[in-house]
Amino acid sequence: MTALSALIRRDIRIALRVGGGALIGVLFFLTVVVLMPFAVGPDLALLSRLGPAILWLGALLASLLTLDRLFMADHEDGSLDLITMSRTPLELACAAKALAHWLAAGLPLIVATPVLGLLLNLDMVATGAVALTLLAGTPALTFTGMIGAALAVTLHRGGLLMAVLVLPLSIPVLIFGVAASQAVIVGPMTFGAPFSILCALSLVSLVIGPFAAAASLRHGLD
Amino acid sequence: MTLIDLANPTRFLALTARVLPWLAAATVVLLAIGLYQAALAPDDYQQGATVKIMFIHVPNAWLSMFVWGVMSIASLGTLVWRHPLADVAAKAAAPIGAAFTFLALLTGSLWGRPMWGTYWEWDARLTSVLILFLMYLGLMALWRAVDDPSRAARAAAVLTLVGALNLPIIKFSVDWWNTLHQPASVMRMGGSALDKSFLIPLLVMAIAFTLLFVTLHLAAMRNEILRRRVRSLQMMQASRVAFSSEMGTGSRGQNASNEVGAA
Repeated sequence: MTALSALIRRDIRIALRVGGGALIGVLFFLTVVVLMPFAVGPDLALLSRLGPAILWLGALLASLLTLDRLFMADHEDGSLDLITMSRTPLELACAAKALAHWLAAGLPLIVATPVLGLLLNLDMVATGAVALTLLAGTPALTFTGMIGAALAVTLHRGGLLMAVLVLPLSIPVLIFGVAASQAVIVGPMTFGAPFSILCALSLVSLVIGPFAAAASLRHGLD
Repeated sequence: MTLIDLANPTRFLALTARVLPWLAAATVVLLAIGLYQAALAPDDYQQGATVKIMFIHVPNAWLSMFVWGVMSIASLGTLVWRHPLADVAAKAAAPIGAAFTFLALLTGSLWGRPMWGTYWEWDARLTSVLILFLMYLGLMALWRAVDDPSRAARAAAVLTLVGALNLPIIKFSVDWWNTLHQPASVMRMGGSALDKSFLIPLLVMAIAFTLLFVTLHLAAMRNEILRRRVRSLQMMQASRVAFSSEMGTGSRGQNASNEVGAA
């Protein structure tokens, strides 16, 4: 347990310090949202209707881009081999790393959401709904994306290939995240049903993600 | 002859060389019967002659999912049993599955144009098949991204299994997404509602397409095994050339050309 908490604290510290790059995700998120009005026009009514979708797409892309480095830096300096060989089960170590990544790179996205909601002309309730669905849904993005990150490090390939592999897997999260936010804003669906499915998706990926990532690391590293 | 006997590629090649002509012949015969019956099938009272696309479309759609199932079993073979031919089977199946999925999409949209008035509709079933197609392409990109086949095999196996777990979730969530945006206006054919004059040709075509897949898959596996042999021979030859030139016999160029000639 201490080993895992040490791993989490180390990863968060590395991510937040110079060279970590966790906060670049937030900057990317902001940039994507700022780009949207240029693409669809400065129509506030349209923007508030598209708002949840824009925020969800931005968060999806931002969390995907930061995931690229989840295992890569550790592989380069050799600490990934130590983690693989340690007595802590690799599945738990993977889960701890993903959790640390979510705390360092995912939570800031959610904190930034209210500000961005303001730019997109979302009211209080809508912004709260989007932030809540992001809080429930981004762990699923991190834990499924972790599989892609593990594949990327074993193949020495990242970037575009990883995005192509991981993005189709994140479609359910996107669907239910946007559905839950829209349910609050326009109705007529209830918020509860899509939101609980979103939570269920996060929990399922919490189970599948570490096992798949650990399997891929165990078979792939040499 | 059990599965483990086939672990020897040479034995596998010998067996498939004997089996393949029969399989191919059976495929051709069944396809001919199926197409003939499909051509003779009556026009639908509502859809007219376009209903005949169904006899091609439905087998393709069924195979698009069946092939992912085959790849998942092969991936289990790679990761759990380390069967030497499992990754060959998985790799050979991916392009065939992608082709079947593409044909299902293509025939579906050709049918949709006169029936729905549009080539593409963001219908739940179409969308999930499109996502399946994207996942096939991603898997093929993964195979092509790494030059070492065994390393690519394990990564692809993990991804295939994750995809197999995710496909039902994607299917279910796309169904939900569609019902949110538009009511189910799309006409669907219930399996049991199908008349016998359609059902029998459809079943024959389904069996014929499955046989077609098995034939193509075995042939592709043979090609993959031979391709890997050529690759290892080339690598052996390259290392021999490098080794002999390292010895510094003075006639490097001649040595290398001898090697090439001998191979």
